[in-house]
Amino acid sequence: MKIPTSFNRSLWVFHLNTGSCNGCEIEIVATITPRYDPERFGIRLVGSPKHADVLLVTGPVTKKMAPRVRRVFEQVPDPKVVMCIGTCGQSGGVFYDSYNLDGPIDQVIPVDVYVPGCPPRPEAIVFGVVKALQKLERLEAEQ
Amino acid sequence: MSAEKAKKTVPYTVPIGPVHPALKEPVMFTFGMEGEIVRTVDFAPGQTHRGIEWMGMRRNPVQIVHLTDRICGICGIVHSLSFARAVEQIAEIEVPERADYIRTILHELERIQSHLLWAGVAAHELGFDSLFYLAWRVREQSMDLIENLTGNRVNYGIVQIGGVRRDISDEQRALVEKGLDYYQGLLDQMATLFLKDSTILMRCRGHGILSGDDARLLCTVGPTARASGLNMDVRQDYPYCAYGDLDVKAILPPPETGGPQGDVYDRIIVRLLEVGQSIGIIRQCLGQLPAGEILWEPKMAKLLSVLKKAEGEGIGRVEAPRGECMHYVKMAGKEAPDSWKVKASSYSNLMSWIPMLQGEQLADIPIIVASIDPCLSCTDRVAVTRNGQSDILTKEDLTRLSREKTRRMMQ
Repeated sequence: MKIPTSFNRSLWVFHLNTGSCNGCEIEIVATITPRYDPERFGIRLVGSPKHADVLLVTGPVTKKMAPRVRRVFEQVPDPKVVMCIGTCGQSGGVFYDSYNLDGPIDQVIPVDVYVPGCPPRPEAIVFGVVKALQKLERLEAEQ
Repeated sequence: MSAEKAKKTVPYTVPIGPVHPALKEPVMFTFGMEGEIVRTVDFAPGQTHRGIEWMGMRRNPVQIVHLTDRICGICGIVHSLSFARAVEQIAEIEVPERADYIRTILHELERIQSHLLWAGVAAHELGFDSLFYLAWRVREQSMDLIENLTGNRVNYGIVQIGGVRRDISDEQRALVEKGLDYYQGLLDQMATLFLKDSTILMRCRGHGILSGDDARLLCTVGPTARASGLNMDVRQDYPYCAYGDLDVKAILPPPETGGPQGDVYDRIIVRLLEVGQSIGIIRQCLGQLPAGEILWEPKMAKLLSVLKKAEGEGIGRVEAPRGECMHYVKMAGKEAPDSWKVKASSYSNLMSWIPMLQGEQLADIPIIVASIDPCLSCTDRVAVTRNGQSDILTKEDLTRLSREKTRRMMQ
């Protein structure tokens, strides 16, 4: 894996739960704690999608949440990267036959990076963020 | 005129949510504010309804056990244990003693990690981030232990109908004992930080009060009920798994801190003392761990054929970190259950928000909402409608308000 030549920006992340079981949420919070400490690279969770570069989406997108997912996606400024955390956002996972889902997530908003796992380990999430960083740098170079 | 009057008595309406990224059940709160004081509270849960019970009625019990793991990521073992116990009752399956003890050990390890998670979140809501990081660092050690025993950090998948899927080896036993010693030391440190710190005392003492009568009327469960002085704990009242052999008493706020007052501070005390209790229970379990099988029937085909023939109703009750969790299952001689109902502990506790929040300040909302442990830890949006204009307040703004209050009170 090629490490980006410079961290010319701090990557701010907004996290959105679309009906997840909370497993991915606690792993995301575990990712920002001292053991993994991505904040030394400027990666941190922010409270508003308008401040974010990366949108972390978890959960299988319930019918009630689908319009809110679109609204949050529209609020994130360009260039942006959408990361789908967890198996249920990618395929529905164990909830595949539910009657109340509008997902998977890529049926609702475009997704750039998929992090599989139920839930993925913090290392996997950090790896996904690095991938997102590379993609963002590429998008910026194209602009 | 009357509408004008009503507008004057409650001038602000503050809706919170429904996007609560870290909440198990994202809810929509509507607060009626009078200045800084909360007068009316209303909430509407149900944003993450995935129809799990409906899906369960189309799957066999062994498949459902893996579905129950995903009801809540924090209470991984609670739901699967409760469901497995209900099915075992129906099919008259006797769980081997060793499996009961292993279930108990994991159940208590989960309580430790869940309470530490909560302690971190509570500290974060108060603006005490160094304590948040300390709690989560300690929690990572318990996650390592759980990963070593079950193979997963979250959604363990360890419970099987009729037992557990993995045994505890002698090496793992030594590892668990080492881990417990480590917690004991850190727990004392954390207890000192939480209970001797004046910031936490002044922000939590006397706030978010739930009286014992209210707690009983609203059917609250778990630490929320115990902090209000209700002596109830499923492990004590209706012992299951290995709890019948162990010495478990419901933990109430001790007289040294003034006995049960039902405020946020008491809920912190109860949870911290419960971590200590869990360490004691795991030690007892390891000391008495009987030898023998860990599964009633290791052959899957045979287990499934027994479950297919089972008929009747069963109820599994378990003391989750947040209170009593109950599963009702009805089997009617088919592959899938005829009926399945889940009552999680937070469901019983949510209504207690209403008496707790009434009369409190806007800045106290985060810590009071977090105090019943609904896992509110990440980001949120709040829209304030003021004189017909709408501002957007983020969860960060709320946390900032909360922190400013701490600073004001320290001066």
